[in-house]
Amino acid sequence: MRMAQLYSENTSNHERLKPRKKTIRFLLDYSKALKIMPVQSILFETFIN
Amino acid sequence: MNIKSLSDAQLVSNYILGEEVALSVLINRHQARLYGFIFSKIQDRDATEDVFQDTFIKVIRTLKRGNYNEQGKFLPWVMRIAHNLVIDYFRKNNRMPKFKNKGDFDIFSVLSDESPNAENKIVENQIADHVRILLEELPEDQKTVIKMRIYQDMSFKEISENTGVSINTALGRMRYGLINLRKMIDKHNISLIN
Repeated sequence: MRMAQLYSENTSNHERLKPRKKTIRFLLDYSKALKIMPVQSILFETFIN
Repeated sequence: MNIKSLSDAQLVSNYILGEEVALSVLINRHQARLYGFIFSKIQDRDATEDVFQDTFIKVIRTLKRGNYNEQGKFLPWVMRIAHNLVIDYFRKNNRMPKFKNKGDFDIFSVLSDESPNAENKIVENQIADHVRILLEELPEDQKTVIKMRIYQDMSFKEISENTGVSINTALGRMRYGLINLRKMIDKHNISLIN
């Protein structure tokens, strides 16, 4: 158990870093705007603003 | 039911069905882990931001196109995409050195080349390739744990959650995987020293 605890402890300081809010906003807006349209066997990507 | 308490698999499935808020929960849940992973490799905030963004653009496109394979788990899959994009970043960056504006202009910050010489790079790449080939020879369970730990930088707790085994089992698989790798290295007389 001790071994398991040792190895599962978060040792990385980098995990305190987070992406900028505008990056997250962009991704959520991108996702909302992206539409996939199947035409015959091909998938077309379109963006709806 | 609170959406934040849903599993990754449920959130992915809701997102594919058009529930956009599920993506927000997924990003929120894994952003620190993913961002930290990318930053630990790249050590540059702006580039990390770009790779993070590109990773999720790939995730969004794959999910919306219906190409996501639920056989794998969400986080390891996202980490794999990020890992590949980090490799792409280094490939591009080696070809096109970047100028960092630090206020005081120093021409040598642009001209100096601290990268290893071509021979060392070739040897490093060969070693990495040899290790990857050897890894493929391991039993599936050991291979999975080593890949998640080394290439995807996952903790043993995460490996345990994603493979459905206890932390101790994951640790054991890692240990036996490394022992088997060493055995293969000895057996084939392979030199992995640069």
